[in-house]
Amino acid sequence: MKILVAIKQVPDTATQVKIGAGGKAIDTAGITWIVSPYDEFAVEEALRVKEKRGQGEVVAVCLGPDRAKEALRSCLAMGCDRAIHLNDPAWTAADTLTTARALAAVIKQEQPQLVLCGRQAIDDDMGAVTAQLSEVLGWPCAAWIMEESVDADGKNVRAARQVEGGLEVFDLPLPAVISAQKGLNEPRYPTLKGIMGAKKKEIKDVKASDLGLGAEPPQLSVVALEALPPRPPGRVIQGDVATAVKELVRALREEAKAI
Amino acid sequence: MDFALTEQQELIRKEVATLARSFSADYWLEKDRSGEYPWEFVKAFAAGGWLGVVIPEEYGGSGLGVTEAAILLHEICVAGAGTTGASPIHFYVFPPMPVVKHGSPALKERYLPAIARGDSVMSFGVTEPNAGTDTSRIETRAERLGDRFVVNGRKVWNTNARQATHILLLARTAPRDPAKPFAGLTLFFTPFDRTKITVREIEKMGRRAVDSNEIFIDGLEIPATDIVGEVGRGFYHLLDSLNPERVLTAIEAVGIGRAAIERASQYAKERVVFGRPIGQNQAIAHPLAQAWAKLEAAELITMKAAWLFDHGRPCGAEANTAKLLAADAGFEACDVAVQTHGGYGYAKEFHVERLFREVRLYKIAPVSQQMVLNYLSEHVLGLPKSY
Repeated sequence: MKILVAIKQVPDTATQVKIGAGGKAIDTAGITWIVSPYDEFAVEEALRVKEKRGQGEVVAVCLGPDRAKEALRSCLAMGCDRAIHLNDPAWTAADTLTTARALAAVIKQEQPQLVLCGRQAIDDDMGAVTAQLSEVLGWPCAAWIMEESVDADGKNVRAARQVEGGLEVFDLPLPAVISAQKGLNEPRYPTLKGIMGAKKKEIKDVKASDLGLGAEPPQLSVVALEALPPRPPGRVIQGDVATAVKELVRALREEAKAI
Repeated sequence: MDFALTEQQELIRKEVATLARSFSADYWLEKDRSGEYPWEFVKAFAAGGWLGVVIPEEYGGSGLGVTEAAILLHEICVAGAGTTGASPIHFYVFPPMPVVKHGSPALKERYLPAIARGDSVMSFGVTEPNAGTDTSRIETRAERLGDRFVVNGRKVWNTNARQATHILLLARTAPRDPAKPFAGLTLFFTPFDRTKITVREIEKMGRRAVDSNEIFIDGLEIPATDIVGEVGRGFYHLLDSLNPERVLTAIEAVGIGRAAIERASQYAKERVVFGRPIGQNQAIAHPLAQAWAKLEAAELITMKAAWLFDHGRPCGAEANTAKLLAADAGFEACDVAVQTHGGYGYAKEFHVERLFREVRLYKIAPVSQQMVLNYLSEHVLGLPKSY
């Protein structure tokens, strides 16, 4: 079974984000880049499906600039068999729909039986690509999945997501698109052998023209980024405990309206 | 000249950092309190294949160099693991090095795969109570009896001896010749036979979870097949362990210093006294900046020494210089970090107290700062030997 995992390279979760000079993008200077954590669940699940079936191929795909190669290399180090890097100036301002169309074009070429994504990237938190991708492909889609199993003959996948008070379980005919929620698995750390092996694996560069796509104006454009207003200072309530507690309860109830 | 890490080295750096940071500062604080060996940490690194970093690929390792091992230990220390985390890992790097470089194929086949998997735990048996840095005067003797040697003597400062399954052991096999004092020493790599070796732990200032010991060897039998390299040339084989050891301990001191500076800088940004963060005061900021600059310089010479070693070039001057500068830089960084924290720096829960105790070791081990200066005076500057 061929499985394709779509990943995104995002700033490390510990990054102190600053707005860039134009006010429409973040300042990327000095940022450490990582594979978006939800996408790591998707990579891990793809590897587990392959391992459980004892055969198959896992292909990682990423749309992004040159630096995105590092993210693909990390996926190869985790155990993906090869990678495809969608890298073209035409995609510099790609919105979610453009990204979904590019991914769909690769998927039509690769013809995987299963596509896995993270439920959303942790940078812009759009969470739209999975749905748009399955729409462009005309494939079934199950999002925010916490449990998954592909049946023995590789025709269907059963996927479950958490809803209030329980699990909602779906059966999808393959090929299908699934997006991973936290809890699906615990992603492995790449081993040293995996890192060394990653060097020998292929990362194929693909341009828009290779997929028969041209530059298209984004459907969605950023008007402005605004920083959050600074947090107002806290307040220390003075006095003996009994009075202070009374004042705290009053402030929580009447001022903060928290209780 | 190229100072950049290769793509693979960068990936190693990143992944080790992620794995090492999955063990919190509180994990290390608890190990320091209980004195329990950090098995969970060692096993996590074994599972990732990291312990075989310098073991050749044909023996189950990754066949990388001291440069990659230095990146590994640097990130372990930057993550806050301190000497407690670094020591158990670095024992998979420099004690096997003479076996890798000089061992017979049979010896390598017998021991290296288990080291690469992390199934063996190693102890390093060189230093002796009556010899110290004067290795030519060690008194542990190995006497040949047919196809085996019988060893008697004692060693001190054996790290890991409580857990060890194997020991790299230096013993005299011929009397000391004042004209050639380093000849007549033989190196063995052999199972740690607890029926013949008695271990007495030494209580110490830091790194409580990783034991240091005095060991007493009484009639330990070693088959001749466990000799590393040639009989009588053990000291020279050992040099392939000692220079990497200096490089790795140097990079550990740098990493520990960085961990301390990171904590102190964070604290200096958050701690508000007299209406502003204390880091706004230059009396706080400048020592931190100075310490950072010294760490940066020490790291450069350390990586240069690693590069020289990996390229088969002489690296004695650089490896010794690295250890000298890194031990001082690491210590200064931890000292400044404690000072930045004020009274809280003295409290265990802020973690710099542990790093301060641990980093002190590097001014003494694996060789004292003073002996490094003697080495540089004599071997680099050509000055007469003073002792």
